[in-house]
Amino acid sequence: MTRGMRLTEAKQYVADKLGVTPFDLSDPVAMTDVRNEHGFGRVHSYAISQPWQANQIEAKFNIARVLDVPINSVEKFKERTAGG
Amino acid sequence: MTNEARVPTRMGDGTFTHLTRSEIRADLIAGSEIAAKRAKVPLLTDDEIDHLLEIYASPLRFIGVDVGEEIVLSCDGTGMKTHATRIQDLQSYEQWMGADLLELCVGDYSLKVVRTILAYEAQYMHDAQLCTIAPLQYGVMPNLGLYSKPDGPCDNWNELLPLGRIAEARAAAEEAVEMAVVDMVKLADSQWEAGADAIDWDTTGASGDPEFLAALRATKIIREKYPDMGVQLGMAGEFVLGMHGELEWGGKRLAGLWPKDQLLLAQEAGATMFGPVVNINTGKSLAWNMARAIALIKPCMDVATIPVHPNAGMGVGGVPMFVHLPSDAVCRAAKSFVELLHVDGL
Repeated sequence: MTRGMRLTEAKQYVADKLGVTPFDLSDPVAMTDVRNEHGFGRVHSYAISQPWQANQIEAKFNIARVLDVPINSVEKFKERTAGG
Repeated sequence: MTNEARVPTRMGDGTFTHLTRSEIRADLIAGSEIAAKRAKVPLLTDDEIDHLLEIYASPLRFIGVDVGEEIVLSCDGTGMKTHATRIQDLQSYEQWMGADLLELCVGDYSLKVVRTILAYEAQYMHDAQLCTIAPLQYGVMPNLGLYSKPDGPCDNWNELLPLGRIAEARAAAEEAVEMAVVDMVKLADSQWEAGADAIDWDTTGASGDPEFLAALRATKIIREKYPDMGVQLGMAGEFVLGMHGELEWGGKRLAGLWPKDQLLLAQEAGATMFGPVVNINTGKSLAWNMARAIALIKPCMDVATIPVHPNAGMGVGGVPMFVHLPSDAVCRAAKSFVELLHVDGL
């Protein structure tokens, strides 16, 4: 979305970062475990909704770190909570 | 009278009709031919016609792409008080509908309307970013017409043109372009500061070549200021209307551009996603419309370096011009775009 990557390239990039195949990315069975493992938040209220798990902006911190993609709102969050 | 079996299919207005495979094939060929004639694009090949025939002659209610061939769905709307607050709408789209991308917007959706409430929209984006996960963009339609009288400050080029006051009409449109570019950049400034992932120029070119120029200029400025901010540039129609007629971008005249050249300019300006549009002819079958859409957009795919997401919604991209979209029509359009054009998304 921000890199202007074509789909095949983007799928491969994300799959490599997550240690899965591009085929897995659209499989909710495989990806629920992956999302849970990395703290990517829930995609359905019942999926991995536990109070100790990352969600919302917390999940975006994890997504930015694991995928090595800067996320604007995460960067702004860091700036605004740095206490400076 | 033919003994050939008929299958239910739809017209561009969404109503059912019953056609034989031969009739559907004839419509596909006719749709391809009209695209080739008008836009000087290649005809669809026999294999492509046969592929579309299998899709449009299928009696199944719902069809889809092969497992593993899924694409990204980039949507406009989603955060516009459809059923709750705007943030709750965004969360619903993300959590319940599995949206790949979210968009905050106001109901009117016009740039000139949003310019007066930038601070409120930025604060709302800020709040929404804290409680959603999916990429979240802000969307408006440039809608340059609102910059003309009686809604806006510029003289109305649509009134001046029929009077033969061409120079005045062009000057008015150029004045509106300047204002719109300033407003688009200010919107991006405020939304970037609020944490937005991208900006969406939706229905670009609805007011013709001046509006397309405004979107290109704003996109270039925004991408230079904020290289990590995405800009989705979606069109209003397959053909850029020459409301001015002499406007250019990089020496290329904007009036009369078809999807491939629109894409090339959007790429050059720095857009990170391009949404070509082919409008529906309500009096023709969906097969005719889809063949025309595929033929018109196909040349984009060879030159695209950014994701191409054809618009496939009410009245565009082989989807009927009807407010409650029939799922059989939507899935056929989606399958056609994915399997024939290998689009990045819709």
